[in-house]
Amino acid sequence: MFAVSAAHNKENTQMIHFLTHDSADNVGVAVVDITAGADCTGRNLANNEPLKAHVAENIPLGHKLALKDFAIGDTVTKYGCDIGKVVQPIKAGQHVHTHNLKTKRWA
Amino acid sequence: MAKRKVLGYRRENGRVGVRNHVVILPVDDISNAACEAVANNIKGTLALPHSYGRLQFGEDLDLHFRTMIGTGSNPNVAAVVVIGIEHGWTQRIVDGIAKTGKPVTGFSIEGKGDIRTIAEASYKAKEYVQWASELQRAECDLNELYISVKCGESDTTTGLASCPTVGNVIDKHCADGGTASFGETSELTGAEHIVASKAADEQVRKDFFAAFNDYTKLVFDQKTNDLSESQPTKGNIAGGLTTIEEKALGNVEKLGKHTKFVGCLLPAVAPTKPGLWFMDTSSAAAEAVTLWAASGAVVHLFPTGQGNVIGNPIEPVIKLSGNPKTVATMKEHIDLDVSPILQGEMTLDQAGDALLDMIVRTANGRLTAAEALGHREFVMTKLYRSA
Repeated sequence: MFAVSAAHNKENTQMIHFLTHDSADNVGVAVVDITAGADCTGRNLANNEPLKAHVAENIPLGHKLALKDFAIGDTVTKYGCDIGKVVQPIKAGQHVHTHNLKTKRWA
Repeated sequence: MAKRKVLGYRRENGRVGVRNHVVILPVDDISNAACEAVANNIKGTLALPHSYGRLQFGEDLDLHFRTMIGTGSNPNVAAVVVIGIEHGWTQRIVDGIAKTGKPVTGFSIEGKGDIRTIAEASYKAKEYVQWASELQRAECDLNELYISVKCGESDTTTGLASCPTVGNVIDKHCADGGTASFGETSELTGAEHIVASKAADEQVRKDFFAAFNDYTKLVFDQKTNDLSESQPTKGNIAGGLTTIEEKALGNVEKLGKHTKFVGCLLPAVAPTKPGLWFMDTSSAAAEAVTLWAASGAVVHLFPTGQGNVIGNPIEPVIKLSGNPKTVATMKEHIDLDVSPILQGEMTLDQAGDALLDMIVRTANGRLTAAEALGHREFVMTKLYRSA
């Protein structure tokens, strides 16, 4: 296995906890395991802007956290696109997954 | 940067391969035993047992022949011994492969039995493998390689890192005049508007929607639930992907930022000109890669998040992952680690160049993780039940 050694690209040495793909995204993706109660640093990949979030629940690497409060029926946006509808109320900083988000297709 | 070169095998029809297999190809399920016996007799040959080839008809039979002929015709294959139960269909496959100009001979079992067939086919296989062993690699341009792309056991890191790395390679390879193909029709659901926006012209867009809508109709006709454990899969969900839309949006990162696709292919059909092509495939990894190999693809790029282990007998499958946990826990399966992208320690452009370098090394002979581990999944696509 071969990793690219390009460790000097990073302008800021602070750990990144979550990423968004697009400025319209209302969820972020954890890129490390995040523990409930943590104040986290994120980055918007579209414009490289820093983001902040207070995380309310444990979020495993790869899972999504809410960046705003959602009501039932709201649309979740990732990659700047619709990825489904909210089926349980979600507060900012909570885990977004199959328990509170469903596809609008094939249902 | 200087143009990348590879050391490949230039075949009789001018196409460039990166492996030099002598394949023992069964026409049908009941000829697997004879093919495996020949491959056991003659070292360095490769039998490709499969489950079909009897009483198929219509479009399903056409796809069977296309897959068989295409597999034998792949530039990674030097020569082919074909074995079938009867002469007619065996000869049809031999004639199809012979159009490439490569050595191919057929043997049929009826009227002779397994043992005599195996003996005759073994003499021919020995002749072929000794001839192939003297073929030399020659310098070729990287853009002569036809590359296929498909991800598996995806998670959210595939959309963040490994799929856009492949997209970076697609942009560079196709801008350089190379040929590539993507597919996974069902996994474009939720991102079909993005795929459509990347069609080179209105006809290509219409052809894409025809294939996509056909698949969507099949899913609705056959579904017994909301597919929520098949698309996304259990593994996708464990990795953080919640809906098919989210999975599809990560998947289409593989198409690159600038590349338009120039045409739509039926399964196992070869592209007719350079550029990126859509192929109507299943999203199941082994089935899809088998179809691309049958369309002539010689290297496959496979982003994985949670850790898919797939390989193919004739087309090397290069695996890359952006999930640092998978890279650590399943390191024997991963050829390229792009997880530093997540912390901004690697740019997509650097990751794309690293993947191009890995394609060159693989083309020059480096065994992929899947090859070293013996992954030879050869899975025929069956469109409907046999007569």
